[in-house]
Amino acid sequence: MEILMASSIGFLSAAGIYLILRGRSFPVIIGLTFLSYAVNVFLFAMGRLAVDEPPIIAYDAARYTDPLPQALVLTAIVISFGMTALIVVLALRGYLETGSDRVDQGVPKMEPAEERLTS
Amino acid sequence: MSSWIVAPILIPALTAPLLLLTRRAPNLQRRTSLAAVALLLVASIGVFMLATDGMVRSYRLGDWPAPFGIVLVLDRLSATMVLLTAVLASAVAIYASNGWDEKGHHFHPILQFQLMGINGAFLTGDVFNLFVFFEVMLIASYGLLLHGGGPRRLGAGFQYVAINLIGSTLFLFAVGLIYGVTGTLNMADLAGKVAQVPAADAALLRTGALLLFLVFAIKAALVPLHWWLPTAYAAAPAPSAALFAIMTKVGAYSIIRVFTLVFGPEAGFAANIAAPWIMPAALATLAIGAVGVLASRVLVDLVCFAIVWSMGSLLVAVALFDVTGLTAALYYTLHSTLIGAALFLLSDLIARRRGRWRDDLEPSPVMAQAPLMGALFFLAAIAMSGLPPLSGFIGKIMILDATRPSGAVGWIWAVVLATSLVVILGFSRAGTTLFWKSEAVAGEPEPMPQPARAMPVMAAAALVAGTVLLSLWAGPVTRHLEATARQLVDPRAYVEAVLGAPPQAQLSEPQP
Repeated sequence: MEILMASSIGFLSAAGIYLILRGRSFPVIIGLTFLSYAVNVFLFAMGRLAVDEPPIIAYDAARYTDPLPQALVLTAIVISFGMTALIVVLALRGYLETGSDRVDQGVPKMEPAEERLTS
Repeated sequence: MSSWIVAPILIPALTAPLLLLTRRAPNLQRRTSLAAVALLLVASIGVFMLATDGMVRSYRLGDWPAPFGIVLVLDRLSATMVLLTAVLASAVAIYASNGWDEKGHHFHPILQFQLMGINGAFLTGDVFNLFVFFEVMLIASYGLLLHGGGPRRLGAGFQYVAINLIGSTLFLFAVGLIYGVTGTLNMADLAGKVAQVPAADAALLRTGALLLFLVFAIKAALVPLHWWLPTAYAAAPAPSAALFAIMTKVGAYSIIRVFTLVFGPEAGFAANIAAPWIMPAALATLAIGAVGVLASRVLVDLVCFAIVWSMGSLLVAVALFDVTGLTAALYYTLHSTLIGAALFLLSDLIARRRGRWRDDLEPSPVMAQAPLMGALFFLAAIAMSGLPPLSGFIGKIMILDATRPSGAVGWIWAVVLATSLVVILGFSRAGTTLFWKSEAVAGEPEPMPQPARAMPVMAAAALVAGTVLLSLWAGPVTRHLEATARQLVDPRAYVEAVLGAPPQAQLSEPQP
């Protein structure tokens, strides 16, 4: 189980880092998602791997697993879900307004002089 | 009394939903927001006065005992930073209430959420809670950055969000590693536990500590992790950019807090782990920032690189991790936050008075109110570039003085002084172009922007006046900051305030 866990975290991170370095917004978002999956599994594993051990009080349980990493993962999932939703919307709006989804060509040059006055 | 610690987080947190309810009445919303910021200022002054007696106070949320529940901790450093945030927020809220908040939706609620995140980051005593408040602060900053919209902001926004998401992921990896080897995330508890980490786990602990440093370095715009800053801040609306001047300081604050309290000299395998990395990176930050100041063709870009440069000066002093170094770093923090924000507001005021030339550094016909703008820009430029007699000069002298015992003193002085000269050149060229060369350009003087308002100018002038006060009262301020630095280098009081007297601290069981 340890090897499966460790290598899946490794593969997810590697895929995430590769995709983040791509030039278009869609692969970058998928890469960020992979990275956040990797860190969620990683946080979970930091409470040590255990089978058949409940994290909350149960009357018939002999041993407990560490509940804190599970709470941390839950928080991390909620936050990364919200952030991913935001960046998807941002990428879509950017694509619709500029007609390009490339992230490696810098931001659009200085807008026409009036833009920042009116925007 | 210690329950007052939660007020600087609670006030903006409760105001924000209230402001959302009043979104159909912009005037009411604006007044409520200004009132809430004024209340926050009063509460911050109260909390600051509470901390001046030198006691460290902790507030246990939900009254859960210390290493298990989340604690908020008030010491001199967090009180000072909270007060600085409130002062900055007042100027920003006044500035934004005169036009900027009408250019999009929900400026004021997002501003309040941002303040909640910043104050939370300054007050929390728990590493994971620090992560959560970072996220609150960041998600609000995305909203403030995108306020008003437009392709430029969307492009810059995507990059800013992406780099911060990567930063958050690294933060979680660091938190996971540190929890994995110590079994706690309470900072005071960590301060005792990291020294007891067995040798077999030393590599994991050091990796966690340095990953954490990397995250804070992204926030603090330390070279080579600074590239996001000029793009994002230049695209942000002026009041948002002015508020963001404190966000780089949240990075610097986190470095100071975590690497004095948790990974300080008594941290076993991870003792003083960040210091050797900060100094060279800070010197590189100074160099890159100064080159950027000289290369900028637009005023707001110049201000962005001046911010990067000032973070370099600040972190040179932080890297010393001793009383004189931290005192200098904290004085410079106060100075550079106020003056950075003032410069962002000024560049917007100047841009509005120059018609189609905006804030491009090219000669244009004379702008409206040129003498007033010129005087404010002159004062701000003197303060930022570190010329006497304003606070930049005092801060820089303190930094140079603090680095004297350091082994690399020759390098530090050479880089700090040479880059200061370059920044002075950059600012004087910008000022000459904007105010003096304009006299030679034929054409009608630019009319005043309509409607002409005095409040935005007052807000920017108040921030400039803040640095003047900081220079006039440098003595008392420095004495307070020296006491702050003494509190930081001796974290025993902090640990006791959170965990109680030493025997009680033994109660928390180590991770099985």
